[in-house]
Amino acid sequence: MGEDIGAYGGAYAVTRGFLDEFGPERIMDTPISESVIVGAGVGSALAGLRPIVELMTINFSLVAIDQIVNHAAKLRYMSDGQFSVPLVIRTVTGGGGQLAATHSQSFENWYASVPGLKVAVPATPYDALGLFRAAMKDDNPILFAEHSLLYGMRGEVPDEWYEIPFGQADIKRKGNDVTIVAYSRMTHVALQAAAMLEEKGRQAEVIDLRTLRPWDKETVLESVRKTNRVVVVEETWKTGGFSGEIASTIQEEAFDDLDGPVARVGGLDVPAPYNGTLEAAAIPNSERIIKALSDNYGI
Amino acid sequence: MKLIREFERESERQYTRGNIKGFLHVYNGEEAIAVGAINTLRPDDYIVTHYRDHGQALARGMTSNEVMAELMGKATGCSRGKGGSMHLFSSDLNFMGGYAIVGGQLCIAAGIALAVQYRGDDQVVLCFFGDGAVNEGEFHEAMNLAAIWNLPVIFFCEHNLYGMGASSKETLVMWDSLHEMAAAYGMSRYEVDGNDILEVQALMQKINAEVRSGKGPAFVVARTYRLRGHSVADPADYRPEDEVDYWAGQDPIPRFRGWLTDEGIATVEDFEEIDASVEEEIVVAAEFGESSPWPESASLYDDVYTDRPTEGIPA
Repeated sequence: MGEDIGAYGGAYAVTRGFLDEFGPERIMDTPISESVIVGAGVGSALAGLRPIVELMTINFSLVAIDQIVNHAAKLRYMSDGQFSVPLVIRTVTGGGGQLAATHSQSFENWYASVPGLKVAVPATPYDALGLFRAAMKDDNPILFAEHSLLYGMRGEVPDEWYEIPFGQADIKRKGNDVTIVAYSRMTHVALQAAAMLEEKGRQAEVIDLRTLRPWDKETVLESVRKTNRVVVVEETWKTGGFSGEIASTIQEEAFDDLDGPVARVGGLDVPAPYNGTLEAAAIPNSERIIKALSDNYGI
Repeated sequence: MKLIREFERESERQYTRGNIKGFLHVYNGEEAIAVGAINTLRPDDYIVTHYRDHGQALARGMTSNEVMAELMGKATGCSRGKGGSMHLFSSDLNFMGGYAIVGGQLCIAAGIALAVQYRGDDQVVLCFFGDGAVNEGEFHEAMNLAAIWNLPVIFFCEHNLYGMGASSKETLVMWDSLHEMAAAYGMSRYEVDGNDILEVQALMQKINAEVRSGKGPAFVVARTYRLRGHSVADPADYRPEDEVDYWAGQDPIPRFRGWLTDEGIATVEDFEEIDASVEEEIVVAAEFGESSPWPESASLYDDVYTDRPTEGIPA
């Protein structure tokens, strides 16, 4: 259930056709009431259903953050396992569409701090499908954050069934000279940076985290031990971003393998402006990744 | 009612002794609501409530032992010490939780009712909250959704005239005709003397039948009063003396006992027998709690997720 998922076909057309195929008993258009969209999702999960709710964008999740963080994430724990919350919260994240400050944010890092939640941030159609199947089967509450600018992306998916477990990163490009860790749309920015590095004779290994909670620490560390250089790229504001968690973990556990400090590229610490040029300047791009690597590692 | 009253008195004593920590919100004075309403439910109906939840828990059938042990944070508590006073749960009894976020539980109750409706079942969901909660935005969201989707939920307001320390006369514009707020949602609405157990029971029987038959949600406002403060930490100095005195005279337990006596249904000896039995149960519960073991430290990580921690989460 969610706002405009039925008759409207979904604000981002994700659920187009669902109402015809599955009927109004299962595809429920709600009022504009994020707290009860999530809260009722939690309640129906407690009572044994396996609901999928949509928050039109992660910006609006702030209205429901109490239900997500205080209820969905904690009811199993506080009830000593008597109840579970098998709830999937689908939402849309990210900026770059000139929607201005309150419609362009990415809060998946905040939710990734919360014990009891799982957080998925797929960057490709293949990953989105595989992770969503895993999410639907999972008995824990999951925030599934789809990037608004990736909906137009096309990609091959196999006919045979497959799933992708949470906590398993994907090496989108192998390389020996530098590790670029990214997620969601920044994975593609990282791949652009890797292409630019290749022209300079450097091979970058691009790791797409795919999920933030849990996140695949071992794949990242293994890569850093090989390349000795790493930059973490993230769209949300650099201050307090999840890249800090990743960078900190890398320096704690692979300090001796680093040729220099872990580099971080994140959103600039400003609200998203409406103007397109200003907006783009605040979002990480491949030039900033190149510069960060040059600053930290001289390459 | 007597059991709840004595349980709460004991829990206040235990809190003062330092055996119960955190917040303790006792139910003294409101027992007619929990007992009167919950008595009318089927075992498969659902209950959602607030953080002042010991009364509802005991009325539903959770044991004094498991609740007292939970308040003391012991491994024998109903949540093995993981929930505490404000978060009592029993999946066996469809007791879906005490909730500490004011008003949040109404949205959850709407969701449980949605599940009932989805299955084509006929359980009702009884959701308790206070007059303070009416001011939360989630009240509006839950009431509106329940109304528009015709959900089988009874929104039951324990109107004790106060939020925490703020008088509803000063914070809730409709405080004196609170049940009329449901008119804004086209919802069936009722007002009842929350300290009259028979009135509460009779009304709930009527409402249950209506809601069960698919008539949609209902809103009940039961006038009542906290005989104690908001929590053990609160001496409730903000309440006028004449108001406190008036409501002490409306105590549901002597009122019901008076009626039972007048009707010739019970005698002083019957009451003494009940009191003795309750006292014994409470003594046993206190001893059970005090002598129970603490949870093992490894249980800290139990039930964060349904599976054990996966990669990336500290084990």
